[in-house]
Amino acid sequence: MTDMVLETVARIIIPFIQLFGAYVLMHGHLTPGGGFSGGTIIGASLILYSMVFRFSPRKHRIEHDTSLLFEAGGAILYILMGLLGILFSKSFLTNRGIFPLGVPGELISGGMIVVITLGIGMKVAGTVITLFQELLEGGGEHHGHN
Amino acid sequence: MLALINLLLLLFLITCAIIVARTRDLLSAVIVFGAYSMGMAIIWQQLHSPDIAITEAAIGAGATSLLFLAAISRTRRYEE
Repeated sequence: MTDMVLETVARIIIPFIQLFGAYVLMHGHLTPGGGFSGGTIIGASLILYSMVFRFSPRKHRIEHDTSLLFEAGGAILYILMGLLGILFSKSFLTNRGIFPLGVPGELISGGMIVVITLGIGMKVAGTVITLFQELLEGGGEHHGHN
Repeated sequence: MLALINLLLLLFLITCAIIVARTRDLLSAVIVFGAYSMGMAIIWQQLHSPDIAITEAAIGAGATSLLFLAAISRTRRYEE
C-alpha cells in the first residue's frame, strides 16, 4: 500500500524541513526559536519519513535504542556543560570564562549557549520520536518488546 | 487594515473551534485542528511573540496532528 504522490512529495520536502530545523537550532541564541522548536521540527520530519515509508521494504523506522541514545545524550550534554561551569568558575551553568563569548550578534558567539541548545534539541527530537512510535506500534499489554 | 486582518483571523479561529467540536469524522477534526493551529501561530506573530509562533506551528500543526493521527489509526475514525 504505497502512494507515489505521497512518497515523491515527502522525498522532496523532508530535506528542507530538516534544514529549517537545523537553522532554528543553530540560531537559537540570535533569533526566535531554540532548542525546543528546532528539536520538534527535526523530530516531526523524522516521524513524517517513518510514516510515509511505513510499508516500504527498506529501513524506515528509528530504533528505540537510537532515540534513547539521543534523549540520554542530550540530557548528559546539558549536565556536562553545567558541571563545566562549576569546574572552571563559580556555579552551575556559568557562561563566563570557559568558551570565548565572541561579538554579540554573530553566529559563533554566546559561549556555551550553542552547545546547550544542541543538547536540548537532541533531547526533544528523541522524545517526540519515542512518543509517536510508542503510540503507533507499542501495543497494550505487550509492553517492553521494543 | 491590520485590525481587519486580525478580526478575520479571530473569526477563522472561532469557526475552526466550532467545527472541531461538532464534526463526527475525527480525521477531518484533526485536519481542521491543524488549520486552527496555523491561524493561532499567525495571531501569536501579530501579538509580537515570534518564539511562541514558531513553537505553535511546529507543535500544534506538526506533532499534535501526527499524534492524533496515530491515536485514530489505533482506534475508530467515526465518533458514535
